[in-house]
Amino acid sequence: MSNIFTKRLTKELRDLQANPPAGILIDKADDDLKLWRVVMSGAEGTLYQGEQFKLQFKFSNNYPLESPEVIFLDTVPIHPHIYSNGHICLSILYDQWSPALTISSVCLSIQSMLSSATKKERPPDNAMYIMTAKKSPKATTWAFHDDKV
Amino acid sequence: MSAMDHDDDYMNEDDDGDDYTQDTQESWMDQDDDDDEDVEEDFGAGDGFEPVVADRDIKKGYQVEFEVHSIDDIVAFQTQEVAHVAGILGCRPEHAATLLRAFKWNKERLIERYMENPEDVANQAGVVMDADKQAVFSKSADGFECQICYTDDDDLDTVALHCGHRFHTECYAHYLQQKICEEGESRRIQCCQSKCTAIVDEATIEKLVPPDVLTRYRMLLIRTYVDDSVHLKWCPGPDCEYAIKCHVPQNQLQEVVPTVRCKCGFTSCFGCGLDDHQPCICILVKFWLKKCADDSETANWISANTKECLKCQTTIEKNGGCNHMTCKKCKYEFCWVCAGPWSDHGTAWYSCNRWEEKASVEARDSQARSRKALERYLHYYNRYANHIQSAKLSSVLLQKTAAKMEALQSTSTLSWIEVQFLRKACDVLLEARMTMKWTYAFAYFLKHDNMRDLFEDNQRDLEMAVENLNELLERPIPGVEGTGTLSTQNSSMSLGGGGVGIPTTASDPRGAPLSPLSKDISSASIPGTATPPPAAGAAVSVEEGIRVLRQQVLDKMGYLKTRREVLLTDTAQGLREHRWMLNVDLKTGVVNE
Repeated sequence: MSNIFTKRLTKELRDLQANPPAGILIDKADDDLKLWRVVMSGAEGTLYQGEQFKLQFKFSNNYPLESPEVIFLDTVPIHPHIYSNGHICLSILYDQWSPALTISSVCLSIQSMLSSATKKERPPDNAMYIMTAKKSPKATTWAFHDDKV
Repeated sequence: MSAMDHDDDYMNEDDDGDDYTQDTQESWMDQDDDDDEDVEEDFGAGDGFEPVVADRDIKKGYQVEFEVHSIDDIVAFQTQEVAHVAGILGCRPEHAATLLRAFKWNKERLIERYMENPEDVANQAGVVMDADKQAVFSKSADGFECQICYTDDDDLDTVALHCGHRFHTECYAHYLQQKICEEGESRRIQCCQSKCTAIVDEATIEKLVPPDVLTRYRMLLIRTYVDDSVHLKWCPGPDCEYAIKCHVPQNQLQEVVPTVRCKCGFTSCFGCGLDDHQPCICILVKFWLKKCADDSETANWISANTKECLKCQTTIEKNGGCNHMTCKKCKYEFCWVCAGPWSDHGTAWYSCNRWEEKASVEARDSQARSRKALERYLHYYNRYANHIQSAKLSSVLLQKTAAKMEALQSTSTLSWIEVQFLRKACDVLLEARMTMKWTYAFAYFLKHDNMRDLFEDNQRDLEMAVENLNELLERPIPGVEGTGTLSTQNSSMSLGGGGVGIPTTASDPRGAPLSPLSKDISSASIPGTATPPPAAGAAVSVEEGIRVLRQQVLDKMGYLKTRREVLLTDTAQGLREHRWMLNVDLKTGVVNE
């Protein structure tokens, strides 16, 4: 299993460093590949243009069968699906995860989620959620309400 | 009624017998039947000549039809349903199974929808019915790279579902294992590809996963089958693997309490899954338990130590200071003594002489009403809690009874099986206490009318029967509690204890003649009233005393069972006839006193 894990992450890292998608940059990846930092820039022509955010990816040994734990660090974008503790409400990170998804596809999904926002605001239940949430967003049972934003 | 009583006893005897397989059982059962008939005669008997076996299955008014099924039965049901649907739709069984799962095993709806639009139904369920477009196992072609492990070696074993998303077989197996073992998924395992809705069917899973994972997968499927079916539920008993089938629909739960008894011996309610709560209906049980969780611990203290603000009903404790109270919440000012508004008191800061003022009287009235509501609740709660407590103590009673049974065997010629009536009586007592406890919850929610009076009459009769049997069981057994000898001195060492026992002979201050219990002591006499204690040292044997005791216990036990059945039958009938008027809003759970 760890065979797949290493092989896959090594290749993903190589690909991302060779051909990074627009606005996505690998900041650093630990030697054991378990913890990555990705810098994401808000796309041109969106509410987040000119802003930069830091994403943290944590991989378990079961990756890619199990989804990575993805959260925003430091400056958390103000967005209706992103909680102020950095947790992201995005179905592919939880029950819609598929092993055929990659770090690159996850980053693009998050970027597109940012891009389609029409208003900068926190989720309506933000205060409640961050009080009760566990450290890892994977410990939360997510309900996904709307696919538009 | 009595014929059925008889039958019921017979069956219980049979059940109990299963626990201790004894050679003597058969012969003893005949004897016990005779005893039971005696009991029936005491309480307005019918004829005892009806064939015992013929009416074994007759249900009483408060019982519902149900069946207990093993896992094998459930597998057989599934196979049968799948084969049936596969036959009608002309498809492979694994596809029929996937379709049925998508429709939560609602066969009729599936067939109807499928006939209207086969394509849509199959697509939504993630199935392709065409036998040519099934999962394809093949060696990898040139340029193939598995999107999970990024391996691009030649000659890889690969597999693709009908959707065409091809992956390394090994990765697929890992993926399935993750879904089945880690996430507990079984009925809708989708293709590995993101957003692809194709479902991996049973046949494909069989080919891909190791045997232990397959076993787990099958088990999960059985579980979802039971979870999806409205007529099936797992027995909530500990470690029990049976499922119970009962056809009482959810919307009838206000008229019937579907108590079911599993083969494992666990009795539960099919409607809500809690322990048996006859005669109280599920929704009232829910309200009651919630109320108890909210109220009872603190209610007593609050009742004794606080008053409510007359404006905002906040509970206020006066922990010092003068009688001039100001509610912290709404700033209302009132007098602690007369409960009237403070503005009427002028400058009389420390004393109150305004008891009869109208505002004060009204204020106290509203306070009294809320106290009364609380008292009413506590009345029912105390009785409810008392039965729970007594039931807990029944383990002590059982131990004592076991000791008694041993003593009986060692001091007399009675055999093991002949002293079992004590154990049986304990079981009957416990069962009746569970019923009693819920009668109080039920009565709390009944409006005060003639019907409630009748219910409470029945309740009182059952309560008396319970207490009488309990006292009898705690009473020391004449002549056998000692060290095993028949001397009267030793009999003062009472095992029965319980504080209600009749005085033992050795310490009898009256020095009454040591006469054995005789037949003329009415079985209806209330235990605990001084009956001249029997003694083994007298001419008549211990057996005689025990025979009488046994008769008494059987009498009281029979009466208790009858009372319980009368109450349950009447309450169940009342529920069906909507005879009980409730004082609670079933939607909100608000009680109107």
